[in-house]
Parts: sequence; C-alpha cells; structure tokens
Amino acid sequence: MSTASTTEHDAAHGHEHPKWLAHHFDSPTQQFDSAKLGMWIFICTEILMLGGLFVAYGIFRGMEPDVFHHAHEHLNWRLGAVNTVVLLFSSLTAALAVRQSQVGDRKGTTNYLVVTLLCAAVFLCVKYVEYSAKIEHGLLPGRCFGHPGFADHCINAGASVMPAAVHGLTTRASMFFALYFMMTGIHGLHVVIGMGVLGWVLWRNLRGDFSKEYFTAVEIGALYWHLVDLVWIYLFPLLYLVG
Amino acid sequence: MNHEPTVQLPGQFSTFASHVDSTFYFIYWMSVILFVGIIGVALYFVWKYQRKPGVQAEPTGHNLPLEVGWTVAPVFFLALLFHWGFQGYVNLTVSPANAMEIRVRARKWSWDFEYPNGAHETNELHVPVNRPVRLVMSSDDVIHSFYVPAFRAKRDAVPGQYSMMWFQATHEGTVNFFCAEYCGAAETSSRNERGEEVFSGHFSMIGHVVIENDQAFAQHLERINGPPMIDGHEATPAQWGQLLYRSSQCYTCHSVDGAAGTGPTWQHMFGHPVQLTDGTTVDVDENYLRESILNPQAKVVRGFQPVMPTYRGSLNDRQIDALIAYMRSLQ
Amino acid sequence: MSTHGEEELNTNYLKVGSGVKSWLLTLDHKRIGVMYLVSVILAFFLGGVFALLVRLELLAPGRTIMTAAQYNRAFTLHGAIMVFLFIIPSIPAALGNFILPVMLGAKDVAFPRLNLLSFYVYVVGTIFALFSIISGSVDTGWTFYTPYSTSTNTSVVSMTLAAFILGFSSILTGLNFMVTVHKLRAPGMHWRRLPLFIWGMYATSIIQVLATPVLAITLLLLAMERVFGLGIFDASLGGDPVLFQHFFWFYSHPAVYIMIVPGMAVVSELFATFTRRAIFGYFAIAMSSLGLALVGFLVWAHHMFTAGISEFAAMLFSALTFLVAIPSGVKVFNWTATLYKGSIWLTTPMLYALAFLVQFTIGGLTGLFLGTLATDIHLHDTYFVVAHFHYVMMGGTVMAFLGGLLYWWPKITGKMYDEGLAKISWGFVFVGFNATFLVQFIMGSRGMPRRYYDYLPEYRPYHAFSTVGSWILGVGFLIYAAVLIKSLRSGPKAPPNPWGSAGFEWATESPPVLANFKDVPTITRGPYDYHLVTEEELFDGFPEDAPKKA
Repeated sequence: MSTASTTEHDAAHGHEHPKWLAHHFDSPTQQFDSAKLGMWIFICTEILMLGGLFVAYGIFRGMEPDVFHHAHEHLNWRLGAVNTVVLLFSSLTAALAVRQSQVGDRKGTTNYLVVTLLCAAVFLCVKYVEYSAKIEHGLLPGRCFGHPGFADHCINAGASVMPAAVHGLTTRASMFFALYFMMTGIHGLHVVIGMGVLGWVLWRNLRGDFSKEYFTAVEIGALYWHLVDLVWIYLFPLLYLVG
Repeated sequence: MNHEPTVQLPGQFSTFASHVDSTFYFIYWMSVILFVGIIGVALYFVWKYQRKPGVQAEPTGHNLPLEVGWTVAPVFFLALLFHWGFQGYVNLTVSPANAMEIRVRARKWSWDFEYPNGAHETNELHVPVNRPVRLVMSSDDVIHSFYVPAFRAKRDAVPGQYSMMWFQATHEGTVNFFCAEYCGAAETSSRNERGEEVFSGHFSMIGHVVIENDQAFAQHLERINGPPMIDGHEATPAQWGQLLYRSSQCYTCHSVDGAAGTGPTWQHMFGHPVQLTDGTTVDVDENYLRESILNPQAKVVRGFQPVMPTYRGSLNDRQIDALIAYMRSLQ
Repeated sequence: MSTHGEEELNTNYLKVGSGVKSWLLTLDHKRIGVMYLVSVILAFFLGGVFALLVRLELLAPGRTIMTAAQYNRAFTLHGAIMVFLFIIPSIPAALGNFILPVMLGAKDVAFPRLNLLSFYVYVVGTIFALFSIISGSVDTGWTFYTPYSTSTNTSVVSMTLAAFILGFSSILTGLNFMVTVHKLRAPGMHWRRLPLFIWGMYATSIIQVLATPVLAITLLLLAMERVFGLGIFDASLGGDPVLFQHFFWFYSHPAVYIMIVPGMAVVSELFATFTRRAIFGYFAIAMSSLGLALVGFLVWAHHMFTAGISEFAAMLFSALTFLVAIPSGVKVFNWTATLYKGSIWLTTPMLYALAFLVQFTIGGLTGLFLGTLATDIHLHDTYFVVAHFHYVMMGGTVMAFLGGLLYWWPKITGKMYDEGLAKISWGFVFVGFNATFLVQFIMGSRGMPRRYYDYLPEYRPYHAFSTVGSWILGVGFLIYAAVLIKSLRSGPKAPPNPWGSAGFEWATESPPVLANFKDVPTITRGPYDYHLVTEEELFDGFPEDAPKKA
C-alpha cells in the first residue's frame, strides 16, 4: 500500500517500475496497448448500440420516404452545419492535444484540450437552441406531437392523448422526430460524457500526470472524442440533409 | 390420416398434419438413435476407463478423418431437415385461392369470429370439413396467437396489421384452439354460474373448433344470426342476452349479483342514475347502454378504469337488443 | 489502493486486509469474483423460489396458491432474475473473474477498476430490479414484448432499466476479459496453449461486447415508448410492434450463447482434468466456441416464425439456425471421444460434467424440432420450447456452474468439500431436473401453450409430475447449499492441486496469493499435457491427499 514499500519493491526487482505503471502490468507498452485495445472494443460496443437506431431509421425511412422528407424541412440545416464544423474542428484539436502530450508539451496539451472543451460547449448550446425551437413548435414526438411546449399531459398521461397534425405535417411525421430526438439525444449525452472524460484528462494534465513516456489517458480520451465526432458525421446528413 | 392422438402428438385434423408429423417423427427417431448412441458410448467409456491404480490415461492423439467426418456428416441430415421443414412451411403459409374467408379479431381475452354472411361468434369457431378456410386475423390490443394443435397451425394476430393462416380440416369433430402468445391476465377474478372463482387472461383465450359437414355448417350460420333455440322455442331476448353475457365474455368484468369486478355490476343498474368520471350524471337507459357497448370509453362510470374494448362489429343490433333486455331483467 | 507491497502481493488473497471495506473497495479480481459469486447465488435462490411457486401453482388446474395476475408476475420474475441476474453473470463474472487471470498467469484483469465498477453497476441494476419487484412488479415475461409491455400497468420501466444497467455490467466484464486475454498472457502462453475455458470466455466476451448494446438501445426505446409514447413500436403512430421482437432477439439469441458457451468452457476443463488427458479435438472445440459466437448473430428471427416474417426470411433463418447444430455437435462428439482410454475419476464435478453431456445433448437435439420450420409452427410457444431451453440453460449451464463451482471451490476458499454429500445432492439434482422437464416435452408437443395459469384437464398428469420433480430438484439444491456451508465451516484445508490437474490455475497455492503467483510463471507446456508430467508432480507436496496410487 505505502509508497515506501513500492520503492523497495522496485529496488528489489532492479528494473524501473514507474508509479503510473499498475502492478499487474509488466511494461509500459503492455499497459498502453491494453488501454488502447480496451477503448477500441468499447467503441465497437458504442457503434453497435447506435447501430440499433440507425437500423430503425433505415426501416422507417424506407417505409415512408415522403413523410421523412417533409419532416426534415423543419430542421435547421444551417445550425446543423455549424455544429458539424465545430465538432470536426474539436476533433482536430483533440488530436493536436495528443500530439503535444506525446512530445511532452504540457502547456500545449492544456490549450488544445481547453479549445476542444469549448467547441463541445458551443455544440451543446447550438443543440439547446435547436431543441427549444422544436419543443415550442410542438415537434416533440409521440403523445407530445402537435402540442406545443413541454406539456405535462404528454408524459405518462396514458394513451388517451393522441398526436395532432402540426405545421402541415401529419401525425406520421412524429416517427421522424422520435428518431431525431433519440439519435441526437443519445449523441448529445455522448458529448456530455466526452466532456467529462476530456475534463478529467485536462485536470490530470494540469496536475502533471503526463509525460513523454506516459500519455495513455490523453490518447484514449481523444479516441473517444473522435467517436463522438464520427457519429455526428453520420447523423448530420441522415437527419438534416435527407431527401 | 389418424385423428386419434399419439403419446406425443394430438390427433391429425388437417391436410398438412401428416407431413408435419412425419417430419416430427423422423427428427424424433433420429434424435433417439443419436442420443442412445452418444450417451451409450460415453457411459460405456466411463465404466470401461474408470480410474485404476497403475493405469495411466493414454495421451490424446489426432484423428482427422473422424473429426472431419462428424463435422461434415450432420450437414446432410440438416439439409434434409431444412428441406422438409421448408416444404411443410410453404404448405402452411400459402393458402388456396378458393378458400373461405373468416375474419378473426383477437382482444384481451377472447376471439371473435366473423363468418362470410356477417354472423359473429365468440370463442367458438365452426368450419366446414374438407374445404379450405382462410383466417384473416387482427388484434385490437396486444399480440395474440391463434393456435390449433390438431391442425398443427399457429399464427400471431398483431395490432395494426392483418395476418393470414389457412387450413383444410379432414374430419368432422371438435378440437381445441389456444392463444399461444402471452397477453396478460385480469387483476381480479369473477364467479361463473356454478359460483366458482374464475380468472380471465391469456390462458382463458381458448375454445373449440367445431368441424362439421357443409349442411350442419350452413345451419349453424343461420342459427347464430338470430336467437338460439331453447327447449324447442326461440329464446326470448332476455334469455338470449343471458347466453350472450356468457359467450361474449361480459361476465369476466361485469357481475350480475352485485359483486365488484373490473366493470360495474349489472344488478340493479338499468334505470338508475350513475355518476361518470367527469362528474356528470346519466340515466342508465337503452341509449346509454348501447353507446357503452359500442363506444365504451365515451362515458365511463366513476371508480372504473376505461379498459372495456368496443363490441362494434362483434355484436349485431339484435344481439345488443338482447343484451339490453337481459340487463333490464336484472333490476 | 492500486499499489501493494511485495509482501502483500505474496499473501493469501483472503488475508490481505480485513473488514468490509477491504472487500467493497478491492481491486483484486479474485475478491470481485467472490462478491459476484455470492450475488449470483442469492439471485439463483430468489429466481428458484419463483420457479417453485410457478410449479406449485400448476400442480392442479384452476387456482392453487395464487391469482392469475400474481402467476404472471411470478414467471416473469423467475425468467428475468434467472437470465439477467443469474445465468449471464454466473460463469463469466463469478467463476471467470476468479479463474481467468490465474489460468493466464496474469496478476489481475487488464482493468481492475473497471472490474469493480462492473460489479457495482451489477449491484445498481439489481437494486432497480428489486425496486421494480416491490413497486408493483412486472408481468410482461422476461421478453418484454410490445405492445403488451407498453400498455400493462405494472412496473415495466424500472425492470427495463435494470436490464439496461445489468447489460453494461456484462459489457464491461466482456471488454475486460478480451483485453486481458489479448495482452496479459504469461510468457509462453501462446494462443494454441490457451485453456479451453479461456477460449470459451473469449468467445462469450465477443458476444457480450457486440450484442448487449443492441439490447440496451432496445430497452431504452421501450422505456421511452412507455414514458413519452414515442411510437417506434406503436402501430397507431406508424411504428411496428414486431420490430421490437427483431431488436430484442438480435441481442437475446446471442445472449443464449453468452449463457451456454461458458458452460461448455467449464465442462471442457472438467473433462480434461478428470479423464487425465488432453481434450480430443482441442482446436475444434476452441473454434466451435468462436463459431457459435458468430453464427449466434445470424439466427435471431427463428424466434419469430409465427410472427409474420416473410417466407424468404423464414427460409434463410431456418437454414442458418441449422448451422448452430454443427459446432454444438462437434463439441459433444469431442467430449465423448475424450473419455476414450482416459483414466476417469468420478468426482462430483465430473458427474456434473456428465449430466451436462446428457442434458445438453437432449437440449441440442430437441432444438432440431424447433429449427425445422414445419414442426416449429406447431411447437412454438408451447411447453416443448420451455423444456428445450431449460435443458440447455439449466441442464447445461447450471450443471456446468454447479460442477465448476465445486471443482474450483478448493482454489477459491482453500477448503475441501464433503464429496459424499455432494454426490447425494448431484443425484437429487439430476433426477429432479429430468423429472421436471422431460415430461414438458410431451406436454408441449401435445399442444400445451406456455405461460398458462390454468390448463385443460387432459394436461393435469404431466403438470403434476413436473411439479413433483421440481420439489426433488429443490431438495437437491438445498443439499448443495449445505455442502458449501459445511465446507466453509469445517472443510479440511485444500492442497494447491487437489485434483492433480495439469491446468495452470492449480500451479499456485489454494487460495492463491494476491498476485496469483509468487513468481511470474513461464508456460512450457499445454494445459492438458498429462503425458508430460507425472501424477506425483501434479499432486506434489501433498501426497497424503492424492488418491491411492499403485
């Protein structure tokens, strides 16, 4: 447990066992490779999870392409495009943060991480603007559809509240918005989680945990951020540019 | 064609039952042979090669032909099974063009059958022998599944879509049908005419398929369109209503003796005012009752959940009149 | 927490630290495995009580002990608890967590903190499940089919969230195991020397990582459907209730292999140790585990042949389903061939392995009736299906779990168990299991649908027989519990290798030290190379515990 005995342990073995190397790993390479493989596997999990929604999107769009076409016109593609640019840029800064970390530039890493986090915040703000517009226009799906505002009757009210037509959209357009909110909602949640991960990486960087030899957390944090970015790259055309 | 049940399978009452059964028995005997073979050999080894002092296990070798053999040989059996299975499935799903259509509506927890002449029946299906019959099925609420073991036929009834199944009965007789897709149960029980506690639910969506000759089938359709015969006389509307109370499953929610249930009791109901969930009061008269049968959610009595399904399409006007006559007789 | 002194690393893992905190905050895979073990045994007990209640209700037609609505809750809870809280974590998270790193010669799993997190995620999931049970419970069946699950009044959302959360626990365990197998093998442990248990765990992990997220999104959609009336599975809003079944089985069919492949993995170890020879067709068994993992993803719609899928889809999925028979058959043939010219030691774990062989063969062969389209239409949703999957899940996986637990018990606790009493419990379990479920095949093929509270009088003898069988089974489990408790209280000290196994996990002390091995082991032979070592070497150091030798 104690640092003293760890030092003794290192001395006894006669080889370097830095304090950031967990006891069950033999070498830094092994630890780094494990972390990276773990994140890649986790990314596979994430893709399969979002894959379910993409399949649902494919099925329902295939069933009613016209409804989807009309419904998508109610999304603001300009705001979507702004967010796409912002996220792409944040992916670049995340990659640069990894690079600065690899060369041991702590300050550079900090700067790039801060820029990445700011981009994420901008993304969420734009998303907030978009969501509130949708909610005000009565475009929440299901029971809420056609009932402007976040009316409490549409939550847990039993099946008695039926959706209503709104802005020239039939109730069947509710399906488009169901998928829109689920897909962007889960993506938004990933942005928030990603901000948490990068924030933690930033904090550890400020604390001085990282060096040329050890930058695993920066690398896998950025890897996760690229996934968040990649998912958006698919969501943007499917939802905003459909048809 | 054997319509006596065997140890494993019910009697065969449809044209495709024998194909299904011969496939079943082929797999069965193949399985028995494989099982006895594998497990027999295993048990023999266990007995023969028990741990003995001074005897070492022989190191495991390789036997490529054996391994390839038992990987490849099953493929031929499996291909054969697949072929027979698919053949039988096509027979089960593709109905002849001249089939008689019967409309089936499933709901929690009864089956409604509508014959080509518009007559309805609940939980009993009459079909003519030796004629193809196609069921066009739908569901009013959750997924149900119509299953006639003697026909070896089963198909889900899904809300929001029509599903088809067909069969051609080969013998006269009466066989069971079941609901095979789980669909819940009522929270409370009710009493049957013998005073026994009965529950309704997935397990009570059962009934009989009566297979009869063309003449008897035609007579049956005539009969269910009008009041039934009781002791040689046509039933009075109230008597008919009492029979409908049972056969249309009204009793699962409504008692006639004042007991509490999922819906209001019918005892002393007719002619009395009743308070609704929106606070207003209505008189229970013919018009209110008719509306409540056809559009149950319109005026729900205070203290009850709006759970009653509509009987529009499953009770005709004369039957509704008869039911109201029966309710009147209970005051 | 993460740093241990040299001395601690070489101390019996049960003695490193004491008190509740040393367990609850441990990062040691062995202690996490033990905590999982206790949890899944409790879950098994709870699920078992519901099973006995269901069987008791079915003793006679009509009301026996409960109402129809209570019955629907009882069988739902039996299914949900057994699947999500017991079987899925049983072998991988409990036994696997303990054994897998030791077998690999690793000091721990790749991500110890993630491992502990996975356990707490399991605990949180369990709390949600218990909350659901006390707040009105669920009556949807463990399959949560829409639109029933979106319209029933019961506490569906909390149970769905429970399954959602438990899914993440399963994903994290799978991820951890995959990385551990790839990166933390001891020197000399190349892929051709991996124990078959590891191969099985590896295949299981792939399914956990790739299939479980689909369940997660499905259950999330279901919860949203209930709360907001989202409409994806609601026909009146343009959705499709059958889509839920596709999504659900896309996970839940592979999940069947999450449940059975670990059972096969355990049984392969048992056959090797107690026949004292290498598993026949090692490579075929290893590859068949991966084969099952792969094919398992391609067969989901065979649960839906009566649901109205197209003829073409039915044909495709029936054909793919038959492919599953090949790797399963290969395993059974190989295990049988392993017995040939072995030196078979009939300990209780071996008896469980043989019970597995018998019952899994029945479970597998009856699967042929269900993969064949024509017969499946008749048998779908009847007791035939109930009997079939109990023969695989319980006759297979549970037997492997019980056998594996006794087999590794000395390693986990450092104590031996009472072999005589254990054999008696095996007898009850074997007889009771077959009495309960064999008769259900006949009931089902005669047309008895499943999930029925009440039944026609013609099925009464079968139901009564089955219920009596469940009592025998219950007694068997109670004796089994007594064996474990007796061993904990007064079991003799276990030697490092009580079975004289050539497996690597037996090459360390019982119980292992914190770092698993005092020195990093170098692997020079395969895990089943009995011809390269003598009995004396295997039982080394504890000759008095070895079986009588010539």
